[in-house]
Amino acid sequence: MVATSSSVGSGAAGAAIFADSESRRYRYFEPRAKRATHYEDVTVDVQPDPERYLIQDWIISFPDGRGAYEKNSTKAQSSNWHAFRAPDQEWERTHYQRQSRIEVMVQAVIANGRKSGAQLAFDAAWGKTLQKHLGAWKHAEFGLGCALMQAQRGGYTQMINNATLTNSSYKLRLSQDITLYLAEIGMDIAGWDDEAGKTAWLEDPMWQGTREAVETIMGTEDYLEQYFAINLVFEPLVGELFRSGFLMQFGAANNDFMTPSVIAAAEGDYERNLANAIDLIWLLANDEKFGAANRTLFQSWVKKHGALADKAARQLQPIWSKPHSKPISFEEARAVSEERFAKILGEVSLSR
Amino acid sequence: MSTLTLNKITAQKGISVADATRKCADLGWNPSYVQEAMTYPSDYKITKAPRDPMKQVLRSYFSMQEEKDNRVYGALDAALRGDMFRNVEPRWVEWMKLFLAIIPFPEISAARSMAMVSRLAPGEDLRTGFTMQMVDEFRHSTIQMNLKKWYMENYIDPAGFDITEEAFGKCYATTIGRQFGEGFITGDAMTSACMYLTVVAETAFTNTLFVAMPSEAARNGDYALPTVFLSVQSDESRHIGNGHSLMMAALKEPENHLLIERDMKYAFWQNHAIVDAAIGTFIEYGTTDRDKNKESYAEMWHRWVYEDYYRTYMLPMEKYGIKIHHDDVTLAWERITKKNYVHKVGQFFAVGWPVNFWRIEAQTEKDFEWFEHKYPGWYAEFGDFWKWYAKLSKPGQKVITFNEEVGYVYPHRCWSCLVPCLIREDMVVDTIDGQLHTFAHEIDRWTAVEAFADEYQGRPTPAMGRFSGKREWETLYDGVDLADAIVDLNFVRSDGKTLIPQPHLRFDDKDMWTLDHVRGHTLGSPLNALRGMDEATRKAHLADYAKGFTINPCN
Repeated sequence: MVATSSSVGSGAAGAAIFADSESRRYRYFEPRAKRATHYEDVTVDVQPDPERYLIQDWIISFPDGRGAYEKNSTKAQSSNWHAFRAPDQEWERTHYQRQSRIEVMVQAVIANGRKSGAQLAFDAAWGKTLQKHLGAWKHAEFGLGCALMQAQRGGYTQMINNATLTNSSYKLRLSQDITLYLAEIGMDIAGWDDEAGKTAWLEDPMWQGTREAVETIMGTEDYLEQYFAINLVFEPLVGELFRSGFLMQFGAANNDFMTPSVIAAAEGDYERNLANAIDLIWLLANDEKFGAANRTLFQSWVKKHGALADKAARQLQPIWSKPHSKPISFEEARAVSEERFAKILGEVSLSR
Repeated sequence: MSTLTLNKITAQKGISVADATRKCADLGWNPSYVQEAMTYPSDYKITKAPRDPMKQVLRSYFSMQEEKDNRVYGALDAALRGDMFRNVEPRWVEWMKLFLAIIPFPEISAARSMAMVSRLAPGEDLRTGFTMQMVDEFRHSTIQMNLKKWYMENYIDPAGFDITEEAFGKCYATTIGRQFGEGFITGDAMTSACMYLTVVAETAFTNTLFVAMPSEAARNGDYALPTVFLSVQSDESRHIGNGHSLMMAALKEPENHLLIERDMKYAFWQNHAIVDAAIGTFIEYGTTDRDKNKESYAEMWHRWVYEDYYRTYMLPMEKYGIKIHHDDVTLAWERITKKNYVHKVGQFFAVGWPVNFWRIEAQTEKDFEWFEHKYPGWYAEFGDFWKWYAKLSKPGQKVITFNEEVGYVYPHRCWSCLVPCLIREDMVVDTIDGQLHTFAHEIDRWTAVEAFADEYQGRPTPAMGRFSGKREWETLYDGVDLADAIVDLNFVRSDGKTLIPQPHLRFDDKDMWTLDHVRGHTLGSPLNALRGMDEATRKAHLADYAKGFTINPCN
């Protein structure tokens, strides 16, 4: 069989030489490095805008005249919104590969743990702590995932929105992982109350600060403020404090090897999301034209969300005293969290 | 005696799918400290929580999708090993430059639209569905960009693929696709992200997009496109479920009925106008396979849109008190079968070849026979046009767009669907904010003037979007020399003179058109010209336009 519509009987590269017969790279954007990465090729400019190629401008608008994507969906400003490239270089294939591996790992941990009766060896107080407080925490992760789902609509470029989208996907996966993990180990533990987590989330004073901080992020209209508040403020001050500073530290000491494994994936997620967020915020904080104004804006976000996160963290303190075995104190965990927070802010020329 | 297996030895009781779904849906709560902002408002009021029809959680979703991906990428590798491109038909792949320039934007827009629908209704039953759709659409957008990159790397003529996303924002044909994609994300959140996207585009038209078209690809030696797009289509059932569930929740409120009727009418007609224009052309004019036993686009449309969507999805809505626009479905069908809508679009794309970014080959005698068999009367209307097109495909001939010998009259552009007013007798005009506009059909006029307004049949609709921007592409280059317009569009190969578009598939520099071959013709805006006419002249012009044109015999 030959390609009948081809003058040279073939549709293959190299079958003929003519103008641009070897133009085999996308040539409408500047790659970050010398050669475009696969991520750049499948991401850059897929969401166009009137400055990059939409010569007819937006052709449908909201009733107030806003187009599909507008720069003023955030108060931050940029000389070049298109400069950002997500350091994790995530596109669909790498995203599914990573998410799928995590799910396989989490399910293997739970299945093998249950087979060996690991959940029955939990210290009793630890089991109660997981039931109530990890049960409450899943709602925080869910709320942040929902906020990020909202935020992925607002960014001015595909690169920003896709990084936000994958962040949302990671958070919502984690919230479901925790939900199903607790439900499954709860099947084996006598007297397990799977509703206790949500009740604590809605009513227990220890969780009201966290809920207020999360709801504030969910209620924010500025997509970048949501992304900033989650990754640069809430996560180091509350998220990592509870996940790394409590669950990961206390699990083994209370005969639990499963919970730290389930939660470990989230810490890996956060490292990637943090790298993306810092890179984006760094670009904006160091923007030649708008850097100073952006830093002032970001500082106000640090103040607003930092105060809420501080309050949330302080209210969580009693949880550190619930388990029998207490390998580290709240203050020690909090000190690590503070140090991490300062380091993150330092990366983008901000401070407490 | 039952056989002992490893599974039986190691099996342990797990959580049921129903329980898992219920528990994941219970992750949400009603905020009490700060209320969620309605960043993307709607005129619909939904008080009943929609139900999740799919009962799937992310735990099983990600591994399922990874497996699907593995099959797709494995097939692409196999296609290269099997030397697919040696046998692929360039006539087909050239149209993929247009299709794959358009489609990743609507796909990623669909991901963004999940932000818009997720806060419209109470409850979190559908959150997992929206999450999966959000990630699915991210998948579709980047997997399609990957496919396009793959074509660019392996197909004989990469020009056009290499400027793809830039071309999408500039071309006179992709503007139609922009209307499709922007329609998913702009204006009333329910209208755009549910009714236009999921209830109509995904439910009614993805079968022609992602099933019918890949079949034609396979007939032209391209089995990469079917591999990618059938995998894409396998995600659509989830999205259809999301849309149906949200619409059923909206149906519970009688005050939404008028809006549902408006949106089904608008979305159906505009999807027909846009999708049938593009996909119909790809299938009928991009193929080299003229097997008379295969279905024509019209026959596929009847199967997928009329039988599957209209009869089994739309009609049952009547029992909920929704007035179904039966006449519009019939009109769309007649536009395809009696008024040659797809063929007129194919002809229009060919007339405008110099401002494309892909090659269009002339139809030949073999094609004529098939068209006449499937669409009786086709040859009388279009045969001579394609003979002219073949004759004028050699550089040095007067470009067909401006060649008076042919007899083609460049059309007005529809202000609503952005496809030109090709069925000339159906064109109507009306004013918006005192400005005259042209519309391809009365329903297009209704869409722009009555549906996209701040009031609908006496009911305030403050969230409804507006048509905006320089919607008539021709306005951009009104009075500009064709060669200068092509340079401005950047539809020139990197030697600075050879055009990316070519009206043939001859892969030899001596046969390629350059800027010099097209210089000396001035582009014009039919709309500006119409607006500039006095009333009597305009009336005469419109009457003349409605009569159509006759292609002169080509000897």
